[in-house]
Amino acid sequence: MKAKTADRIATAVIVCVAGLIILVLAALLGYLLVRGLGHISWHFLTSAPQAIKAGGGIGPQLFNSLFLLVLTMIITIPLGIGAGIYMSEYAKDNKLTAFIRLVVEVLSSFPSIVIGLFGLLVIVNTFGFGYSLLSGALALTVFNLPMMVRLTEQSLRSVPKEQKEAGLALGLSRWKTITSVMMPVALPSIVTGSILASGRVFGEAAALLFTAGMSSPRLDFSDWNPLSPTSPLNPMRPAETLAVHIWKINSEGLAPDAPEIAAGASAVLVIMVLLFNLGARWFGRVLYRKLTASK
Amino acid sequence: MIIEIEKLHLYYTDFHALKDVNLSIPEKSITAFIGPSGCGKSTLLRTLNRMNDTIPGVRIEGRVDIQGKDIYSSDMEVEFLRKRVGMVFQQPNPFPKSIYDNVAYGPRLHGITKKAELDAIVEKSLRSASLWNEVKDVLKKSAWSLSGGQQQRLCIARALAIEPDILLMDESTSALDPISTTKIEELTRELCRNYTIVMVTHNMHQAARISDRTVFFLNGEVVEASDTQSLFSNPVDQRTEDYISGRFG
Repeated sequence: MKAKTADRIATAVIVCVAGLIILVLAALLGYLLVRGLGHISWHFLTSAPQAIKAGGGIGPQLFNSLFLLVLTMIITIPLGIGAGIYMSEYAKDNKLTAFIRLVVEVLSSFPSIVIGLFGLLVIVNTFGFGYSLLSGALALTVFNLPMMVRLTEQSLRSVPKEQKEAGLALGLSRWKTITSVMMPVALPSIVTGSILASGRVFGEAAALLFTAGMSSPRLDFSDWNPLSPTSPLNPMRPAETLAVHIWKINSEGLAPDAPEIAAGASAVLVIMVLLFNLGARWFGRVLYRKLTASK
Repeated sequence: MIIEIEKLHLYYTDFHALKDVNLSIPEKSITAFIGPSGCGKSTLLRTLNRMNDTIPGVRIEGRVDIQGKDIYSSDMEVEFLRKRVGMVFQQPNPFPKSIYDNVAYGPRLHGITKKAELDAIVEKSLRSASLWNEVKDVLKKSAWSLSGGQQQRLCIARALAIEPDILLMDESTSALDPISTTKIEELTRELCRNYTIVMVTHNMHQAARISDRTVFFLNGEVVEASDTQSLFSNPVDQRTEDYISGRFG
């Protein structure tokens, strides 16, 4: 009887804690959406912001956020997967790899504002990349890489040993076994993880303030030549992202409808991150089914 | 003799797992390794296709010749060796792919791309593994939808598809039910007409039922190796007799 009572109490406490977390999340989401949704329109999503007048949009910022994300992922994914494969399959267990692991751990818990300042000093000034998408992407790479490395390493380690041995026993080389036996099994969790990481990148502001910059040149969305200074695709132009825009408009916005714009932009940001998360789950499941031929 | 082992010692860091093993294995026959847990029988099996290479801290002394070639010499390519020496594991471990793709996997990665050629290999291998009649209509289905016994026969088919000369079976029936076990045992008897089979088994009766030769291991040493009938009816060593009469192990 006593064990049963204890069990009941424990269950009640755990349910309460879980409920509280859901409540906080729901309240936060609800507040953001109720305040912001009314302001979202096609015009708001596509037009350029206004400095002093009302009626500005977030078009360039939304585009910048997405483009920066793509740039970051192009740099991060090959590096992260390569390093992850090395750490899980090739690295011997010695002091050097223990040190690398420690560095990765420390890097992943770095405050993003510190990464932003590092980006300003090294990438923007020393390398001379200026306030640009490329600088922002490199700073976000520093921010994101540890997670990608750990993710790949863990996904590969969780591939059953029997699968790896099956590949080796068929006379496949170690590399072939990794790429053709282990990667397909590990890929769904790597993809899911990278999309979740994308969500984090999408909402990041502090690391971008001093790297991608807080302004956006007048963009000409009919100019797709990446070398032209007004082209949206030019990686060397400064680019204010959505998260940075929210921060800026909240702290120094002059337009009369600045609070509404911030609310609308926040709602868009939250919806995008939500979409990333749901999309990651869905895509991971589809990929798993596809790769394992299970119906 | 297709496999000749001479003065083989194997160490896991400090642990002396195989001690002075000398053994010859004849072609196109079934040789069974028996002995209590931890006696080194699986370790020896895994030296024959160099699966122990993947374990850090393994050191090997002595010689293992397969088809007249020292497999631990520096000019032996381990991928080539494993094409000659296939392996079936304790747990059925098909890839998470279709039945067809599981069997075609090895040949494909070793360079065969023509559909007709692959089809022929898949059918031949599945027939050899006596699985063809059960799966010929569902080749596109996931291998994981098969039963455990079928999965294990699929793994045998996958190993046969790269046309090895030797097949290693590491307690390949220990995870299966009695009916599936009988099927695999019958299949093994069939296969030994064309392949040299070396199997590790925990089950003495299995060794007595299907093997031609039996090797008894204890504490990393070969205690006795002879043809199965005389080993079980007339053991020379007292320890062999104790083991097969069930006094330990």
